[in-house]
Amino acid sequence: MNLAGASTLLRFALRRDRIMLACWLYALIGSVAGTAVSFGKLYPSQSSREQLAQSINSNGSLRALYGSVYDTGSTGALTAWRMLGLGGLLLGLLCVLLVVRHTRAEEESGRLELIGAGAVGRGAPLAAGIGAAVTASALVGGVNAVVLLAMGQQVAGSLVFGAALFGCGVCFAGVAAVAAQLTGTGRAANGIGGAVLGLAFLLRACGDAAGSTGPGWLVWLSPLGWAERVRPYDDNAWWLVALLIAAGGAQLALGYALAGRRDLGSGLLPQRPGPPSAAPSLRGTVGLAWRLQRGTLLGWAFGFAVGGAMLGGISQGVKQLISSSANVEQIVQRMGGSTGVVDSYLATSMNLLAMVAAVYAVQATLRLRGEETSGRAEPVLATGVGRLGWAGSHLLYPLLGSGALLLVGGLTAGLGAGVALGDTAGWTGKLLVGALVQLPAVWVFAAATVALFGLRPQWTAAAWSVLGVWLFIGYLGPALNAGQWLLDLTPFTHVPKLPGGSFHVAPLLWLTLISAALAGAGLAGLRRRDIG
Amino acid sequence: MTTAIDVSGLVKTFGRTRALDGLDLSVARGEVHGFLGPNGSGKSTTIRVLLGLIRADSGAARLLDGDPWRDLVALHRRLAYVPGDVTLWRGLSGGEVIDLLGRLRGNGQHPERRAELLERFELDPTKKGQTYSKGNRQKVALVAAFCSDAELLILDEPTSGLDPLMEEVFRGCVAEERERGRTVLLSSHILSEVEALCDRVSIIRAGRTVETGTLAELRHLTRTSVTAELAAPPTGLDALPGLHDVELEGTHLHCQVDTDRLDGLLRALTTAGVRSLTSRPPTLEELFLRRYEAVPQVAPEAAPEAAAEEAPEAAPGAAAERAS
Repeated sequence: MNLAGASTLLRFALRRDRIMLACWLYALIGSVAGTAVSFGKLYPSQSSREQLAQSINSNGSLRALYGSVYDTGSTGALTAWRMLGLGGLLLGLLCVLLVVRHTRAEEESGRLELIGAGAVGRGAPLAAGIGAAVTASALVGGVNAVVLLAMGQQVAGSLVFGAALFGCGVCFAGVAAVAAQLTGTGRAANGIGGAVLGLAFLLRACGDAAGSTGPGWLVWLSPLGWAERVRPYDDNAWWLVALLIAAGGAQLALGYALAGRRDLGSGLLPQRPGPPSAAPSLRGTVGLAWRLQRGTLLGWAFGFAVGGAMLGGISQGVKQLISSSANVEQIVQRMGGSTGVVDSYLATSMNLLAMVAAVYAVQATLRLRGEETSGRAEPVLATGVGRLGWAGSHLLYPLLGSGALLLVGGLTAGLGAGVALGDTAGWTGKLLVGALVQLPAVWVFAAATVALFGLRPQWTAAAWSVLGVWLFIGYLGPALNAGQWLLDLTPFTHVPKLPGGSFHVAPLLWLTLISAALAGAGLAGLRRRDIG
Repeated sequence: MTTAIDVSGLVKTFGRTRALDGLDLSVARGEVHGFLGPNGSGKSTTIRVLLGLIRADSGAARLLDGDPWRDLVALHRRLAYVPGDVTLWRGLSGGEVIDLLGRLRGNGQHPERRAELLERFELDPTKKGQTYSKGNRQKVALVAAFCSDAELLILDEPTSGLDPLMEEVFRGCVAEERERGRTVLLSSHILSEVEALCDRVSIIRAGRTVETGTLAELRHLTRTSVTAELAAPPTGLDALPGLHDVELEGTHLHCQVDTDRLDGLLRALTTAGVRSLTSRPPTLEELFLRRYEAVPQVAPEAAPEAAAEEAPEAAPGAAAERAS
C-alpha cells in the first residue's frame, strides 16, 4: 500500500501529542524508576526478597494482581515482576489511544478527508498512527532499560525488560490498528481496544491466581501473560519478546489489508438503520441523556460484574498468606489498614473497584463537554431546555451510574467471596456496604470535573490528569512509602476500609459536601459562561 | 409588539477579537429578514447572543419582548433554530432527532406536516447520525424547524450543502411560513436567496450594521447603472454631481449614477438627444460588492488597515488596540 506522506504525518502527530505524550512517558518511566528505588530500600537483602516472594507466591489474590515472583536475585527482577504487567497494560492503553486518535478518530471528524485529498498514500495515516505508538513504546522501553542499567542491574535482564515493554506496546498498537478498521467511530474503536486489554489482564490474572493446581495455561492466551513469562534477569526469554512483536506485526498487516478494502469514513461492521420516528421514551433531556449514556454504562456494568466476581472469587487464596515478612505485612496493613487479612484484601478490592468507578464518573461527566464542543448541545439548548436541566440530565450518570457500578461490583464480589469462603449472604452484605461506602469519594472526582467544565471549560480535559495523579498516589503511594500528608490529599484515603475497618460517617459527609460545593461552583459557572 | 427582534449597540469580544462592534438589528413581526454579511462578520455570533448561548459585553437585545439571556427557556419554546453546521448524534436516526427536538421545545409537532416535509425534502428518517451527508443533516434540522409551531424561525445559513432542487423546496417552505404570519431571520451570504425571499435586509460588516432596509430602499441609496446611445456627444457631464465610472466613446455612454441624482443626468442626456436608453437598478450583488469593495479579497477582521481607511471608528484593529 502507498505510504507517501507518512513521515510528514508522523511528525505532525508527534507534534500534536507532544504534551500528552510527555505526561504519559513521565508517568510510565517515573513509576518504574520509583518502584525500583523503593524496592531497593524495602528489600535490600536476598533473604528479605525471598520472604516477599514466599508470601506473594502463596497468595492467589496477590498473584492475580501482580503475577508470581520468579526470581529473588536482584532488585531488577523484583521491579520487572511488579512493573512489567502494569507497565505493559498502561503502555498498551497508550498505544491503543494513540493509534485510534490518529486514524479512526481523525477519519470520523472528517479531517482525514482533507489530508487524504493531498498527496498522501492510502496507508499513510495508519502508518503515522502506528509510528507514533512505536515511537512511544521504544522510548518507554529504552529509557526504562537505561534507568535499570544506571541502577547497576544486569545488562541482559535490563535490555529484555525494556524490550518486553516495547513488545507490549507494539502488540496492542496492532490490536488498535485492526479495531480502527472495524468500527465507524473512534469511541467504539477505543472500546474494542480497551476490552481486549481488559480481557488480556483478566486471562493473565486468572491463570496466575489458579497457579499450578488450576487452569494456569490461561496465562498463555494473553499477550500480558507472554510479557510476564519473559522473566527478565532470570529466563530472559527473548523468544517471547519476538512473539509479542510478531503478533503486533501480524495484526498491523491485517489492519493494512482491511484499510485497503474499505471506503474512507466507513467501518467494516455494518450500520443498521434506525427507527423512522422516536419512541415515547426519547423525551426530554433525561431521555436523551439515557440514550447517549446507556451503552457506556451497560458496558462498564458488565466489566464490574466480571471484575467483582473475580476479585471476590480468589479471596480464598488470601487465607494461605504466610506473613513471614514483616515488610509485606506492613504493606498489606498499609493498603488495607485493618486486622483480618481477608477483610483487608477485600477492602482493598472494593477500593480498587471504586478507583475504576472514578474513571467512569469522569468519563460520563466529560460527555457534557463533548456535547458542547461538537455543537450538538447548541440545538438542544436552543429549545425549551435550561442549561442546568441539560447538565443535570447527564450528571445523573456520574451521580447514580457510578453508584450502580459499585452496587454491581460489590454484589458479584460478595457472591464470589461467598462461593470461595462460604456464608454467601454475610459476605454479600458486607461487600455491598464496602463498595457503596466509596461512592462519596467517587463523586469528588466527578465534581472536580464539573467545576473545571463550568469555570474553565477549555481545561476540562485536565480532569483526566487530576484523576491520574490522585489514582497514582492512591494505588502506588502506600506501597512506595509515600508520606501520609500526600495520601491525605486523595479522596479514597478518607473512606472507611470495609469490611474490617471501623465505619465513620463524618468523612463521608465531608466528601459529599466537598462534591456538592465543587459541582455547585461548576454549575453556577456554567449558567454564567458562554456556550461553545 | 410589532418587533420580533430588537438589537442595538451589541458588543461582544473574544479575547482580542471584537466579533460584534455595536451591531443594530431590528426585525418586525411577520417579516422575512435577510441577515447578510461575509464570513466572520458576526452573523452567527449575533444569533448565539439572541439564543442566550453567549452573553454580550454591552448593548441591548430583545427577542419576542423578552430578554434572551434571562427568559431563555420561555423564549426558546416560541422559536426554532437551524444551525449553520448541523452535527447529529451518532446513535440516533434522523427521525428520532426531529421528534426529540420537537419534544424538547415542548409545543408539539404536526405528524402530517412532518410526513409532508420529509417527502418534500426527500429525507430518509431511518439513517443514523453521521451517515447523513452535510446537506441531509441540514435537512434534518430544517424539517424539525418547519414542522414546529414556533413563532420565530432563526436560520443560520440554512441552505449550505443543499442542492439547487432542495434550495427551491426550502424557498417554498419559507414562503409558506411568511403566509402563516411567522417571523424568519435568515442569515445568509447567498444573495439570490435573500433577494428572492426577504422583505427587509440588514447588511453587516466587521460586527457592525452598515445597511438596513427594504431592497427598494437600499437600491435608492445606491447607484443606478445607465447605458445610453445619444444623438450627439453630451456636454457638461463633468460638472454633474453623483456620476461614477463614466465610459464615453463618441455617442455611446455607460456610467453609474447615484440614484437620487438620476434627474440631472437624464436632463443632460435629453439635451444631447437620446437614441436608446437602458437603466438598471443595482442587484443586491452589486450593493453587497459596493459595501465591501473597499476591503478586497479578505474578511474585514483580517484587514484592519483597509477597514480603518474606510471607517476609522468601526475598525476592529483600532478597537483591539483600545481593548488591550
